[in-house]
Amino acid sequence: MNGPIEERRQHYLNVNYGLKSWLLTTDHKRIAWLYLIGVTFFFFVGGLFATLIRLELLTPQGDLVQAETYNKLFTMHGVTMIFFFLIPSIPAVLGNFLIPLMIGARDLAFPRLNLASWYIYILGGLFTLAAAAAGGVDTGWTFYTPYSSIYSNTHVALTVIGIFITGFSSILTGLNFIVTIHTMRAPGMTWFRLPLFVWAHYATSIIFILGTPVIAITLALVALERLFGLGIFNPELGGDPLLFQHLFWFYSHPAVYIMILPGMGVISELITCFSRKRVFGYDFIAFSSLAIAVLGFLVWGHHMFVSGQSVYASMIFSLLSMLVAIPSAVKVFNWTATLYKGSILFDAPMLYALGFIGLFTIGGLTGLFLATLGVDVHVHDTYFVIAHFHYIMVGSAVMAYLGGIHFWWPKMTGRKYPEPLARLAAVIIFLGFNLTISACRAATMSIRPSFRCST
Amino acid sequence: MSTLGFPLFPEQASTMAPRVDQLYFFLLVVSVFFATLILILIIAFAIKYRRRSDDEQPRPISGNLGLEILWTLVPLSLTLVMFVWGARLYFITFYPPSDALEINVVAKQWMWKVQHSEGRAEIDELHIPTGRPIKLIMTSQDVIHDFFVPAFRVKNDVLPGRYTTLWFEATKPGAYRLFCSQYCGTQHSGMIGYIIALEPAEFQAWLSGGATAVSMATAGENLFQKLGCVSCHAPNDTGRGPSLVGLLGKAVRLQSGASVTADEDYIRESILNPQAKIVAGYQPIMPTFKGLISEDGIMQIIAYLKSLKREEGAQVKK
Ligand code: HEC
Ligand code: HEM
Ligand SMILES: [Cu+2]
Ligand SMILES: [Cu+2]
Repeated sequence: MNGPIEERRQHYLNVNYGLKSWLLTTDHKRIAWLYLIGVTFFFFVGGLFATLIRLELLTPQGDLVQAETYNKLFTMHGVTMIFFFLIPSIPAVLGNFLIPLMIGARDLAFPRLNLASWYIYILGGLFTLAAAAAGGVDTGWTFYTPYSSIYSNTHVALTVIGIFITGFSSILTGLNFIVTIHTMRAPGMTWFRLPLFVWAHYATSIIFILGTPVIAITLALVALERLFGLGIFNPELGGDPLLFQHLFWFYSHPAVYIMILPGMGVISELITCFSRKRVFGYDFIAFSSLAIAVLGFLVWGHHMFVSGQSVYASMIFSLLSMLVAIPSAVKVFNWTATLYKGSILFDAPMLYALGFIGLFTIGGLTGLFLATLGVDVHVHDTYFVIAHFHYIMVGSAVMAYLGGIHFWWPKMTGRKYPEPLARLAAVIIFLGFNLTISACRAATMSIRPSFRCST
Repeated sequence: MSTLGFPLFPEQASTMAPRVDQLYFFLLVVSVFFATLILILIIAFAIKYRRRSDDEQPRPISGNLGLEILWTLVPLSLTLVMFVWGARLYFITFYPPSDALEINVVAKQWMWKVQHSEGRAEIDELHIPTGRPIKLIMTSQDVIHDFFVPAFRVKNDVLPGRYTTLWFEATKPGAYRLFCSQYCGTQHSGMIGYIIALEPAEFQAWLSGGATAVSMATAGENLFQKLGCVSCHAPNDTGRGPSLVGLLGKAVRLQSGASVTADEDYIRESILNPQAKIVAGYQPIMPTFKGLISEDGIMQIIAYLKSLKREEGAQVKK
């Protein structure tokens, strides 16, 4: 897509028109757009919930909403943001669009499966929206039993069915990416020539297919216990409430890497492009993604240091959590080193990328506090944890997403975006996040030109 | 320093607090160092290497093995220090000293019920003496709660269906906030209370004050009679069930051939789900008492069984 675009050149946006040509498309580029629309929608839904939470918290009394509604709001904020926005955001939009282009393939390996994934995602979303419309759910995004399976009298089953369904979309997307990356690389595109963006998505896909089935089954069990009184997690029926936490975090810790690894992939591309440098330590960045994906499966117990888990289990989880922080640190150092002796341009995507590095550093360092046993006992389940993960999920993952959307916007649309406005937006978002007024305030979706560093 | 009445940094009021804070500050120093390092590097590079002309083409640098090793090993060794230090503190918080004063806590939506061995009970308040380790034996009647005292730097989940423990030693008298820190439903945010730490003498006076309370062990003995446990569990092994004298802490051989240590959880399970573990040499005839006895009642029976250990354990030969 170099050079000016000619008037009548045919491309994926104008090959055919009409709603049907979009809803039945199997073109990965168009499916990326479908995801972009879905993801943006859920981002605003989640943002709306967050806004209401912040408004209520202006005063300690329940004047805008009562406790019950407040609890529903934070639950639905978490559920939409995590399962319906952050998890699909970069992989399903940018990954879908770019992976085939980057490895020189015509499309993903299974184009129709790709479309099916989108429908599954939307179907799951509809269930969860229906749950919200019917009155909401108040268990927290973690659905701890036996509160979720017995005591809560809100729409738990409907919500978890929604997440269960959406899980299949993740699994299928992961499968599609892995097969594509393995079998459809253009001749000469060897593994160690793959863009780091692709490496990051490869690692993410591993988590998608190994982790997501676990959460799906776990939430299905919650629904079964709720609807049919099976004794799985309820101690009164001989179940074990801690079993739920083990199963939940077995997925949900790796899931946090689903949310950040693709972002790391985006940052590796942005930093190199806007400093006109090859990335520093390519192998180390690529392998650190894999290390994160693998080690990430072995640290779930760090969410359970005070929940009645044995001392020795906690110690092992703490040690492994320390280890998983190292590949993240390695990436940060390599990105910083990439800037050295570069030629740095501060366009909007680069501003997002630099913001990412700073905020991710803070988020990662707070992760070390939480992985340190003696300290986590004190800060567990406090705003310290909330701050930790917002620094990473909003400060980093959302920054990477926005940076990536700006960067590849010209590729996706063939049009520029107003650079000064976009820079302003990037700075406002950065400051806004840091003031924690509202981290999720995307300014107008703007557009920027890609020059020689387009993929 | 405070915002809206909440101190920015919680008061230190337990033996644990300064030790946790030391580690916290160590982590803070390390973090600030690395965050500043990265920040300075980024700003410096951003200024020094900003693009000056459009056709600049920097020389590619593909990496440097020495640097990679350096910035793997330095963080690694620092995190290992954090791990070891943190694990040592955690170990301490996990094992209560053996001379700790035991107090029973039952959580429910949305209150904390406390029973002292001497019989005084309280709700959403916990009176303790300073200068003495306190061990809480906790359980929940419904969902998972979490007992959190910021000034003591301790917290532990309170689970239904099992006992968890928590210990601390208050260093100075005062009232310290107690929070439920595991989301537990609508009024979770109201599930709060105070720990009232008193000088030991004052605490004794407080304990013996109040209404004419029966001690937990006595209440447990009454239950033991009332529910008919005594008809099977005679003190000298003459009943249809085993004698329960001196049971706590003992190793019990089971019919399955396995052996378990009789702790509070084991006794609780024996009462509510007697078929789960059958003592070797006995018939599985004990009925379940589920629904007939409350969590508080079970704690009283346990207190009674513990008192048997102390008072009569010497006389009865097992
Ligand atoms: C019908 C007779 C019967 C009654 C009533 C009864 N038990 Fe038992 N209990 C047994 C028998 C028999 C066993 C040994 C077999 C087993 O483990 O179930 C036993 C075992 C136990 C054990 C485990 C003992 C060990 O040595 O490991 C405990 C604790 C216990 N009972 C407590 C109670 C309490 C408390 C009550 C009253 C609430 C009670 N029992 C009522 C018959 C009875
Ligand atoms: C640098 C490595 C990281 C370490 C060592 C780490 C460590 C931890 C620990 C120990 C906890 C549990 C805290 C507690 O509940 O007491 C935690 C919570 C959390 N972390 Fe991280 N983390 C890291 C990176 C990430 C990343 C990359 C993300 C997201 C993209 C993330 C998201 C979360 C979330 C969402 C929670 C809270 C879950 C909840 O209780 O609701 N973390 N982290
Ligand atoms: Cu985790
Ligand atoms: Cu609570």
